[in-house]
Amino acid sequence: MIRVQREDFDVGAEIERLARDKTTIGGVVTFVGTVRSAGGADAITAMTLDHYPGMTEDELAAIEAEANKRWKLEASLIVHRYGRLLPGERIVLVVTAAAHRAAAFAANEFLVDWLKTKAPFWKQEETPQGARWVEAQDSDDQAAKRWAKG
Amino acid sequence: MRLLYFAWLKTKIGKAEETLELPADIVTPAALVDWLKTRGPGFADALKDRRTLRVAVNRRHVDWDFALKPGDEVALFPPVTGG
Repeated sequence: MIRVQREDFDVGAEIERLARDKTTIGGVVTFVGTVRSAGGADAITAMTLDHYPGMTEDELAAIEAEANKRWKLEASLIVHRYGRLLPGERIVLVVTAAAHRAAAFAANEFLVDWLKTKAPFWKQEETPQGARWVEAQDSDDQAAKRWAKG
Repeated sequence: MRLLYFAWLKTKIGKAEETLELPADIVTPAALVDWLKTRGPGFADALKDRRTLRVAVNRRHVDWDFALKPGDEVALFPPVTGG
């Protein structure tokens, strides 16, 4: 399942809803991405996430389908927020559940790496000096490439 | 053709979207970007270096030599930074 929304999410309630009554699950891995504000000169006051409605949902669904092809998951969930968020607020939730932990851990890492390089979101940071668009990190590209096949 | 601009492209170009009739020889996103650059200083600045840009056609990531068709939705944007 995937969702794109402005509102916050309740991590516990999301896991409960996803895993309820699925007794074949032996492990649940959860990733929560939050708005970071480094101290000092790199401090930010807020972050706004722009996205491409329609394509965002398509990409997240495709990424989730790929994870389910590569690993035997009992359940999976991606929730990604957009709009203006403050430091410490939750941005993204990725939950993977499998019979054994190895698949759940690997699929979760794959989903986060892939969505960071494929899902059409763009972060703009507000700072005391003004607003600036976040630049893509080469380290994110390298992380995603680890999962390339062949 | 419907064109969409995101993140700093939207700021520099001054609009989020527009619908245009393209010259018949614009058959790839690469040619489209070269043509758009001639439409004014905002376009020229936003599109000056294709290496800083990515393109999607009908909501799918594509390469610059993808074959465009009339009626396609083309989105131009910087590399994504979600997650």
